[in-house]
Amino acid sequence: MARTRPMKKALRYAVPATVAGAAVAAVGLVPALASSGGSPDLPEISAEELVAKIAASDTQQLSGTVRITTDLGLPALPGMGSGGHGGGKEEGDGDGAGNADPRGRLAELASGSHTLRVAVDGPDRQRLSIVEKAAEYSLIRNGGDVWAYDSATGTVHHTVLPREAERGAGRGETPGGLEKATPQKAAQEVLKAVDATTSVTVDGTAKVAGQNAYQLLIEPKQPESTVGSVRIAVDADSGVPLKFTLTPKGGGKAAVDVGFTEVDFAKPDAGTFEFKPPKGAKVTEERLDGAPNGSGESPHKEGRGDHGKGGRGKGPDGAGGLPSGLEVIGEGWGSVARIELPGGGPVPGTDAGREAAPEARRLLDGLTEEVKGDFGTGRFFGTRLVNALITDDGTVYVGAVTREGLVKAAGSADAGR
Amino acid sequence: MSRAELPQDEQAGRAGHREHPDRPGLPGLHGRPEREAARGEPAPDRDRGLDGARRRPGPLWTLGLFRSELGVTFRRWRTLALLAVLAAVPLLVGIAVRIETGDGGSAGGGGGGGEGPPFIGQVTNNGLFLVFTALAATLPFFLPMAVGVVAGDSVAGEASAGTLRYLLVAPAGRTRLLLAKFTAILVFCLAATLTVAVSALATGALLFPLGEVTLLSGTTVSLADGMLRAVAIAVAVAVSLVGLAALGLFVSTLTNSGIAAMATTVGLLITVQILGAIPQLDAIHPYLFPHHWMSFADLLRDPVYWDDLLDNLRLQGLYAAVFGSAAWARFTARDITV
Repeated sequence: MARTRPMKKALRYAVPATVAGAAVAAVGLVPALASSGGSPDLPEISAEELVAKIAASDTQQLSGTVRITTDLGLPALPGMGSGGHGGGKEEGDGDGAGNADPRGRLAELASGSHTLRVAVDGPDRQRLSIVEKAAEYSLIRNGGDVWAYDSATGTVHHTVLPREAERGAGRGETPGGLEKATPQKAAQEVLKAVDATTSVTVDGTAKVAGQNAYQLLIEPKQPESTVGSVRIAVDADSGVPLKFTLTPKGGGKAAVDVGFTEVDFAKPDAGTFEFKPPKGAKVTEERLDGAPNGSGESPHKEGRGDHGKGGRGKGPDGAGGLPSGLEVIGEGWGSVARIELPGGGPVPGTDAGREAAPEARRLLDGLTEEVKGDFGTGRFFGTRLVNALITDDGTVYVGAVTREGLVKAAGSADAGR
Repeated sequence: MSRAELPQDEQAGRAGHREHPDRPGLPGLHGRPEREAARGEPAPDRDRGLDGARRRPGPLWTLGLFRSELGVTFRRWRTLALLAVLAAVPLLVGIAVRIETGDGGSAGGGGGGGEGPPFIGQVTNNGLFLVFTALAATLPFFLPMAVGVVAGDSVAGEASAGTLRYLLVAPAGRTRLLLAKFTAILVFCLAATLTVAVSALATGALLFPLGEVTLLSGTTVSLADGMLRAVAIAVAVAVSLVGLAALGLFVSTLTNSGIAAMATTVGLLITVQILGAIPQLDAIHPYLFPHHWMSFADLLRDPVYWDDLLDNLRLQGLYAAVFGSAAWARFTARDITV
């Protein structure tokens, strides 16, 4: 009996080992079970019916948590995320340089993972918050007032919308277009592009944020597109898109993945949309009276925030060269935006480059590669999804198309000139 | 086994009844002499703890043991000094903020979002925010260090002082003793957190105005609601320390040197904090016990964002289960020779 004791004692260490092992197994298995466990049985539906269901969806009230993960393969440039709100020290300027300016925040969503919380009550009242570590950035629209509150810095940005927008022109009017971050908006933008160049099918069902959903699979037919597929999970009851996943043709993980992790179709609490600037907060005021607000552009384009800012003249961190002569070549998924830079500047964003030309040159040379084509020579900048071609005469071609497609588009545009 | 067990059982049972009336009223200062007094009893077979764990000496006995542990922990000068240091932190922060903003009027937090602990910019407008600032400032190091010292000392300190073997003479059994010690450490976690919070609240109320609280989401709530959230935050912070407490207890069962156990626990804390700050190691970050520590700030959102808080709870529970049972395995199987 006494001889068995050391064995028994050693056996006790099996308890912590088992607990630890079980925990590791649970961590590994639970996500796998959660993702594969949900394939609810739903009645068959055709792609057209599903698209119509999305279009007919009249859900005006919802609240929930959205997880957005973006991996466009952009190089991590220092200060890129905060580019919209640098140098806001000049008091009294009121040029939207305050920290709480919504426009600068859009760029942050273009990379990495973010948790957003949204609440919508009709076309006039919305709230969107970016959950940060021990801080939160909130954008609250209540009628004609748009409040942006950055709790990390205690700054408030107040925008008064022009009258017509206040009279219910729809949800997409908030400056900065931050609401495009919701799955609904993202899905609608894609459905706009649905035509002969696209294949749309229903690809099974899924469970998203606890809701039964159909999966709509959208695949571009044009070979030059960099988009592999777009998958939209649509709530089976309400027709609300719950999840949006964009996978590049190159494979790998999704370039854009926006989806509800929690959703509730009940009317949000009225207090959700009330905002009163806290004591001691720095408030910047802005009135939008017909000023360009930069909405309504293609969802694949970066730097939307800078367009709006540039319209107001000299921004402190100025997008000095406002791209003029914007033109879209091609159609559907293969469309390419052609932008002529004023003054034949070699590359966009060169206001910084003018001071520190050699360094900027070297940096750009490192990031881009030289291409030759019918248009002459230029430099190519590639990400997983969006590619850009900058020709030596100062024209920029941007699109979600492959390098070959871009060169072809540039060549044909040049020939037609 | 029964041959050895029976007489012991009986004897222990008697001892339990005999000692029970003294224990609950036991003043902590006399905790040690009381334990010394047990010296008179015959030294038990080292497997006593094993058998003792199976007995049920009654809940009152356990309570007495726990109270005695609590007394031993809280009447130590070292513990009181730790609590005094913790109470001083919010006082210093409050005075510093007051001096800095005393003449200028408005807070300097406008542009300094990146520097200093979170919420510090709000302190001048609402003294309640000093509670959140102080907790955010002490959570990375001061609070866990205090917990590490107390947890590391709990078993190893008794061993190095030579009191552990006498403590084991009591018929509670090793499992119960360990549980009582762990509970005392958990009470210390809560006490340390509340010390910081109460000191911060008092300082904040004295130096700054109190009023409606603007939450992180921009919603304004009443002061009473804010206070409630402050209490919830204090509890969340205390719970955040549970994992480290279990780790410290386990380390404490490994050695007979109290200093070594304390140093190891605090060293582990610093190591883990450094690992957590290296972005290249982000694959292991979710498993490090401080990973979700700042989740207490999620209680200041509207509606409260529970995901991270619950993750923290699960992680701390996991640490408590793994290292608590490891401590049990080690402590109940170990030879107590000192």
